[in-house]
Amino acid sequence: MEPLKPVSAGARIVLGAGFFALFIAGWGLATYGGFVPPLFLASPGQTLVAGWSLLTEFNFLGDIAVTVFRVVGGFAIAAAIGVPLGLMMGAFKPIEAFFEPFISFARYLPASAFIPLLILWAGVGEAQKLSVIIIGSVFQVVIMVAVIAGATRMDLVEAAYTLGSRRAGILRRVIIPSAAPDVMETMRLVLGWAWTYVIVAELIGATSGIGHMIMDSQRLLDTGQMIFGIVVIGLIGLITDFLFKALNRWLFPWATL
Amino acid sequence: MSRKTLRVRGVTRTFPGSGRAGPTLALQPTDLTVQPGEFVAILGPSGCGKSTLLRIVAGLDRPTAGTLTLDEAPIAAPGPDRGMVFQSYTLFPWLTVAENIAYGLRERGLPPAEQRAIVDRFLARTGLTGFAEHWPRQLSGGMQQRTALARALANDPEILLLDEPFGALDHQTRELMQELLLEIWEADRKTVLFVTHDIDEAIFLANRVIVMSARPGRIKAEVEVPLSYPREWTVKTTPEFGALKARLMAEIREEVRKAIG
Repeated sequence: MEPLKPVSAGARIVLGAGFFALFIAGWGLATYGGFVPPLFLASPGQTLVAGWSLLTEFNFLGDIAVTVFRVVGGFAIAAAIGVPLGLMMGAFKPIEAFFEPFISFARYLPASAFIPLLILWAGVGEAQKLSVIIIGSVFQVVIMVAVIAGATRMDLVEAAYTLGSRRAGILRRVIIPSAAPDVMETMRLVLGWAWTYVIVAELIGATSGIGHMIMDSQRLLDTGQMIFGIVVIGLIGLITDFLFKALNRWLFPWATL
Repeated sequence: MSRKTLRVRGVTRTFPGSGRAGPTLALQPTDLTVQPGEFVAILGPSGCGKSTLLRIVAGLDRPTAGTLTLDEAPIAAPGPDRGMVFQSYTLFPWLTVAENIAYGLRERGLPPAEQRAIVDRFLARTGLTGFAEHWPRQLSGGMQQRTALARALANDPEILLLDEPFGALDHQTRELMQELLLEIWEADRKTVLFVTHDIDEAIFLANRVIVMSARPGRIKAEVEVPLSYPREWTVKTTPEFGALKARLMAEIREEVRKAIG
């Protein structure tokens, strides 16, 4: 090993899979070896069995679909509000001066603390679940997008002016394309956070979803089901992360050169 | 072929101070008239305000006092009639070479077929035909500056403003770029305002060299370059070239000495 020396693609896969294997082996040792009682931690085998019964008997796929819908829906609304506002703030300093102090304050409000209020306002339906995700993500999106757009290279803006661009052209043909790859990278990050908000929202006052299933399983002391639910969230996160990265590479081939 | 005359009258630039530092006078009242089709080099040590003057002509900076006109129209903002090539690489990294060259044409709303014809012509003139679909980051520094030159020229500006465009290139590439620029100017006779601190470059390209003093900048001397066009690189070894160089070196050395205190 040498500092900062790259690793080959093959070795990267082997090493990455290696830790998964080690982790599962450690988990197996703790449970099958009798070091942790099954009441607290199900073994890998029990988790798989519990997962199978969840999928075949308890319509867990339905729960997954509901949760994915909430995450994607809340995230999409947050992005639809946050990205344009962030771009305008980054591009036009008076707009930034108007919104920035409030948003900097609002982004520190914990989304989970809003859940009781939101239940009061919106009940326990989808509107409340989506609201938690939107509150949790939108302020982060705005601030990060504003910073990205504000960091547009001034020399590129000046070059565009000398080529005949006006205000709208600078925004549409310089600031937006220059910010796009970093904005998408931010979206990938925020989507990850949206997953934590949705589960919190589903732990309280929900009748469906992965979080609700985990809460139900706790009442039955079924650690296998709980762990399976958590693992599924992890897997979905991994898949969306991979898809997002692939999408970004496809959309912005110039950015990775 | 350019048709308009650039007139700079009493243009001054003071940068406001910040904190304890007082305001800085970057450019003393400056007068300059550039006739259509002239190639004028502005020569001076770093920090002499030559780039400031060029940026004011481009409309990217505003003078503290004085007026600028292109024929009778006052210059108040940047516009496509004054194309610019910067010292830093300013190609849009998300556009291919061809799309970069077409930027101004697209901004003007030219029909795609016409855009393509103009882009192809300037790709050929700058020797970039095989690189139309490349991303800027895949190009060498010299090729990026050739693209930047093509991008500015494709807009058919009245004046071409060049701010040390070859300053970041290695010596050999730089000389080839000078020849390319000269070739284009000899064919088009577009007005060029070329900022540089390289004496050879100024003499080789320009028909008039303006020498600027150390900060605060002002025009210290004007030297006509009586060498005839078309010029070949061999002109750099002639006695006439040497005599001009000696004269300009004397002017510049004094200013550089002042600039470094």
